[in-house]
This record gives sequence, structure tokens and C-alpha cells, in this order.
Amino acid sequence: MQMFDLTESEIDVAAWSKILADDSCGAVVTFEGRVRNHHDDLGVEKLIYEVYPEMAMRQGQGIVDEAMTRFDITHTVCVHRHGELQVGELAVWIGVSSAHRAAAFAACAWCIDTIKERLPMWKKEFYTDGSDPRWVACHHAPAGTAGKA
Amino acid sequence: MNRLWNILKEANRNDSMPKIEIKYFAGIRERLNRDSETLETHASTPREVWKELCERESLDIDESVIRAAVNEEFGDWEAPLQDGDILVFIPPVAGG
Repeated sequence: MQMFDLTESEIDVAAWSKILADDSCGAVVTFEGRVRNHHDDLGVEKLIYEVYPEMAMRQGQGIVDEAMTRFDITHTVCVHRHGELQVGELAVWIGVSSAHRAAAFAACAWCIDTIKERLPMWKKEFYTDGSDPRWVACHHAPAGTAGKA
Repeated sequence: MNRLWNILKEANRNDSMPKIEIKYFAGIRERLNRDSETLETHASTPREVWKELCERESLDIDESVIRAAVNEEFGDWEAPLQDGDILVFIPPVAGG
């Protein structure tokens, strides 16, 4: 099974993990993306994730579907939170199960890299020193473009 | 009479401009102070709509970092737009 979802509330990891349980799988790899308390030298107080929900659902489901064809894995789940998040909170959770560990590790890494590239989701950082909040571009954007759009 | 009516109808159809729904997100939404609009335009591609928008709003955004999405899929800047299409200019994304 492969599943993608968006949520404004806390990601229920225990519930989503159940999808990964399978007696044919000897490996389960999960990734948790959490809100960091800094961006370079700036202290981060909180984030707001903005999403284009219809497209994000379509792209997200496309990513987990593609993961299943690219890797020898059995189940894939990706859940991304949006709205306001505090430091330390879980922003994205990815779980992959497979017969053997190599495929699950590779698929999990591919999923988060691809989410950062394709999911129409934007992150606004609020800083502890009171400086102006900024829209942050992920590392896939061309250099020098962060915060411009 | 019927013929005249058909001619008028056809002329009207040719004159009516396609309507494109544009949705705005993140920095572009804040800059334009709106989250969507319906644009009646002769612009036939995302690039032409972008140029029209930049001129109308005096936008100074580096086009090379923006991607165009049509009907919820990343699209080509030069792909022809159809009446009723939903167009989004995607600023650099930052999920994860």
C-alpha cells in the first residue's frame, strides 16, 4: 500500500505506522522532519507551512506511487503537516517497509528529497530576534533566491 | 434570421477572451494581497500571463525561480492555455 496525506493537526505516527506492518517485511525505515530552532545564525520561533492542497495531494500521491515502482519496497506512507508549527514539532513523517533494508533506506531518502523538490508547500520562518518573517526556499532552488518569492 | 444569429454568435465567441483562474501562494500571494483571481486575457501561455501580471503589478520577481503549474500539474511555460484552466505560479518550494 502507498498513501500520502496532509494534515493541520499533529501527525499520528502510531496510527500511520500500522500501514507499514507486514510479515513479509524485515525492514521498516522512517524519517521525521522536525522544526529546527535556527536558520543559520537566526533563532527560529515558529513556522507557518502554506500549501496548495489540491496539487499537493496529487503530487504527494504521485511521489509515493513512484517510490513503489522505483524501489523493491512493500509499503510507503508520507504525511505532511501544514499551518502553524512550533519548534520541535513534527512537520513531515515518512515510513517505508520492505523485505530487506537497503531498498527501504533508499526509498525513504528518495521520498523526502522528492517532496522537497515537487510538493507545492512553502515555509515562512518567524525569528526570535523579532526580525521580519521570511519565506524560505529549500536547497533545490537556485542559489541566492531564498526569500525572493 | 437564423443565419444572422449564428454569425453574431460566432463573432461574439471569437471576441470573448478565455478566462484563466490564477491562484497565488506564499510570497506572491502576499505581494499581490490576494489568493486568486479570474483573468480574462488573450495571453495564450503561462509565460504570457506571467509577463502580463508582472507589468500590471510591477512585479520584480526572478522568473527563473518560478515554475508554472496548470490544472495541478507542473507545466511548460509555453504550453497553450485553455479557457477554464487553473494556473499557479509556484515560487521555490520548501516542504519537508
